Amino acid sequence: MKTVAEVIGVFFFVLAMLGNANADQGGRRVSFVPQWIPQAQFAGYYVALEKGLYEKYGLEVNILRCIPERPSAEWLKKGAADFATMFLSTAIAERARGTRLVNVGQIVSRSSQVLIAKKSSGINSWQDINGKKVGLWGAELSIMPTALFRRYGLQVTVIPQSSTVNLFLRGGVDVVSAMWYNEYHTILDAGVEPEDLVVFHLSDLGFNLPEDGIYCLESTFKKDPQSCCRFVRASLEGWRYAFDHQEEALDIVMKYVNEAKSATNRQHQKWMLEHMREVIDLPESGGYETLLKEEDYKAVAGELIVSGLIGNIPAFSDFLENCAAVNEK
Amino acid sequence: MKNRGLAFKLILFTLSGTMAVFLSAFAYFYLSSKDSMMKYVEENARNLTHSTAYQIENVLEGVEKVPLNYASLMSARNFEAEDMAQLANRMVSANPEIYGAGIAFEPGALAADAHYFSPYCYRKEGGRLTNVVLGDESYHYFTMDWYQIPKELNRAAWTEPYYDEGGGNMIMASFSVPFYKGQYGEKRFQGVVEADIALHGLQEIVSAIKLYRSGYAFLISRNGVFITHPDSSLVMTNSIFSIAEEKKSDLLRRIGKDMISGGEGLVALESGLLLPTKCRLYYAPLFSIGWSLGIVIPEHELLEGVNRLGRMVILIGLAGVFLMAIILMLIARRITRPLKDLSATTVEIALGNLDTRLPDIQRGDEIGTLARSFEEMRLALKDYIKHLTETTAAKERIESELKIARNIQMSFLPKAFPPLPAKNRMEISARLEPAREIGGDLYDYSLIDDDHLFFAVGDVSDKGIPAALFMAVTKTLLKGIAETGIDPSEILHRCNLELCGNNDSMMFVTVFCGILDLRTGRLKYSNAGHEHPIIVRRDGQPESIPVPEGFLLGVEEQSSYQTMEIGLEPGDKLIVYTDGVTDAVNAAGELYSLANLMTTVRSCASLSAEGIATEILGSVKLFSLGIPQADDITVLALSFTSAKV
Repeated sequence: MKTVAEVIGVFFFVLAMLGNANADQGGRRVSFVPQWIPQAQFAGYYVALEKGLYEKYGLEVNILRCIPERPSAEWLKKGAADFATMFLSTAIAERARGTRLVNVGQIVSRSSQVLIAKKSSGINSWQDINGKKVGLWGAELSIMPTALFRRYGLQVTVIPQSSTVNLFLRGGVDVVSAMWYNEYHTILDAGVEPEDLVVFHLSDLGFNLPEDGIYCLESTFKKDPQSCCRFVRASLEGWRYAFDHQEEALDIVMKYVNEAKSATNRQHQKWMLEHMREVIDLPESGGYETLLKEEDYKAVAGELIVSGLIGNIPAFSDFLENCAAVNEK
Repeated sequence: MKNRGLAFKLILFTLSGTMAVFLSAFAYFYLSSKDSMMKYVEENARNLTHSTAYQIENVLEGVEKVPLNYASLMSARNFEAEDMAQLANRMVSANPEIYGAGIAFEPGALAADAHYFSPYCYRKEGGRLTNVVLGDESYHYFTMDWYQIPKELNRAAWTEPYYDEGGGNMIMASFSVPFYKGQYGEKRFQGVVEADIALHGLQEIVSAIKLYRSGYAFLISRNGVFITHPDSSLVMTNSIFSIAEEKKSDLLRRIGKDMISGGEGLVALESGLLLPTKCRLYYAPLFSIGWSLGIVIPEHELLEGVNRLGRMVILIGLAGVFLMAIILMLIARRITRPLKDLSATTVEIALGNLDTRLPDIQRGDEIGTLARSFEEMRLALKDYIKHLTETTAAKERIESELKIARNIQMSFLPKAFPPLPAKNRMEISARLEPAREIGGDLYDYSLIDDDHLFFAVGDVSDKGIPAALFMAVTKTLLKGIAETGIDPSEILHRCNLELCGNNDSMMFVTVFCGILDLRTGRLKYSNAGHEHPIIVRRDGQPESIPVPEGFLLGVEEQSSYQTMEIGLEPGDKLIVYTDGVTDAVNAAGELYSLANLMTTVRSCASLSAEGIATEILGSVKLFSLGIPQADDITVLALSFTSAKV
């Protein structure tokens, strides 16, 4: 019953919109909103801010606190934030629906999505999922699992899944959607042993597609491409620092976690940071190797078409802004 | 150790014995009180856990009843949408434990046109009841735990506690009951009736539990998340499993699993897991909601009382031992001081200073007895030494007198035969070896006139001074009587009478005496119980000569003696001896015997009289070498060379 929280959330959202309007004129003041509540999934950005890396690139960054009920694309659309992270599938869907957002950096280049079942429910291989109750998150997060079921001809009863795994823990669903870096550990943290679980990595089943990327509105990029690319570069440096200084990065993440009174703990964030490292390929030195690849784009967009979530595939060239081609000076 | 004093040993052994007894008694006391303390605390913890769990469950069951009743009401009756707000309001207003309550419907279940329909009533700050209708695009209650879990499980369920941000920073939990329409297999899920409970009341119940200084109670949810904990930063963020992961403790993880699966138990935990120190954890489940209550008891604080008592006992024990050491030292000193004095004095005494005064110890115990005994010993020793000195002096005097007596005795035995006028007609020589300083053997020879030689050999019974005196008397008598020129038998007869006269001591003497006519070689002789002399003729064969019977002198006045005669040829030798010769014994206890004597005589028959006497004496001495001489030895040898020309 989070009505009060809801009201306060909206208040912050509006406040952010107002604040951002002023920031636009400064040019160097930018705001950023991650797509979820503070956690190690966004460690690189918090670290970049706290370690003064954004400042180093001439940016004064304000990291906004996401409200779970309000997707990050909405913050961009409403001008409440200059930059946001998003799942690739979410971003393509938004672009197809007419939001003129662009990808300026693809941070997470591999999939962390998994499906988890208890061995006690009789599931030992992905074929056993057939005929089971499967919890799926809403919207774009269900695209890949749905595509998987389609590809392998699995008939499942889909149960909408909340942000908790409690229904799964109580036995309300046989299979739960999870991020390898997040919910899997949450399940372990509720006293379930890894050996009692069977985990299906979507990446192992042919759906190894990019996830979190940095997005902004096309207009934002056009106005000041240098600042946009400096934001990406500083964020990447933040990630590098976070991976090189794990404990310090965790201290920073926990600071934001505690401010948000988030129901998580350091051990969980540690697990998350360690596993973010597995899906983030940092450029060797100063480059933009984290560019979105066209074939990944096509694969995700294709699944979106098939699932009926979008009617047409936006042009890749419109979707991607290549910072490697931008002179940051 | 060996060289340590008596006091040291006494204290050491007594104290180590006492310490051993004390320590084993203490160990037993400590372990058994620790044990019973543990049992007591365990029992206490069990009771406390159960009573607290019961208290909490009481509250929860009170809350559960409300949605359960309303859910059955929803199933049984048909309500209008307008009634719902009032129902929700009634659920909250009639139940003070309930923070908020509502009825959430499936899309179109009540109002056909409404996708979301969830009337909800809650207590605003200040307690005012407020009605709202929940559910819109940003509040999809269909996927929320409080709705979805009872729906999918088809039964009433408690949610995990959640933090109600903005609602007064409260932790809440919801109990939801599904309700249905239709019967017998045709049941259609319609929605849930749910009630929220603010957990701060339960948190207070648990937080109020304080055990010792740092002991505490905590509550964990079905997922192991802390609902209450003294460290508020752990509440709702950490679970017992995240703590186990952080501390890398498999044990804690196992305990957590047992806790959330309804287990109950008591475990000992290493330091640093739930407390910085070692602790005991007692846990028991809250069955209705699937939570678990744990009580953490710090072991060292638990044992503080026992340890304090133990320290006191040790302290008292040590003080006792110390006191005992002092007392022992005093006793030991009391015992050993006189002993030390005594031993110092006895060292003096041992050095011969018998006049050293012993310390005056007036005590009735063993030390006193010892001191008195020493004093007596000292006096006795002194006395004895004095006595010994006197005795030694007396003995020395007697010895010197005896030496003089010997000289006297020896001096009146004839020595060299010449200046006899008969020198070239015969030869005579004698040897006397007394067993002691002076002896009872005697010999004598002298010329009665120019042609007659008198000689005698005697042996007084007994030895020593009396025998010497008796020998002197006998010799004097024999010589005096022989000078009258009478027959040997008459000499013995007269001599016997004289000796018998005043012989109160009943001594006696054996005597052989003879008179040799130097002109003819005729020898007259008589015998009084003496050994038979040996004669060696010119052929060199020794033989005993026959002697007349005659009783020894000095015993019987009526004894009579005869005279016998034999003729000696020039070159014949006569040997007279006492039984000291034949009765001499060697180391093997054998007698020298007559046979040996004969052999010796044969071997030395060609020698002069002096040579024969010397030879025989030497042979006897050699025979009994190393054996104290038991009897006087006398040998007299007479060699007849030629008749008077």
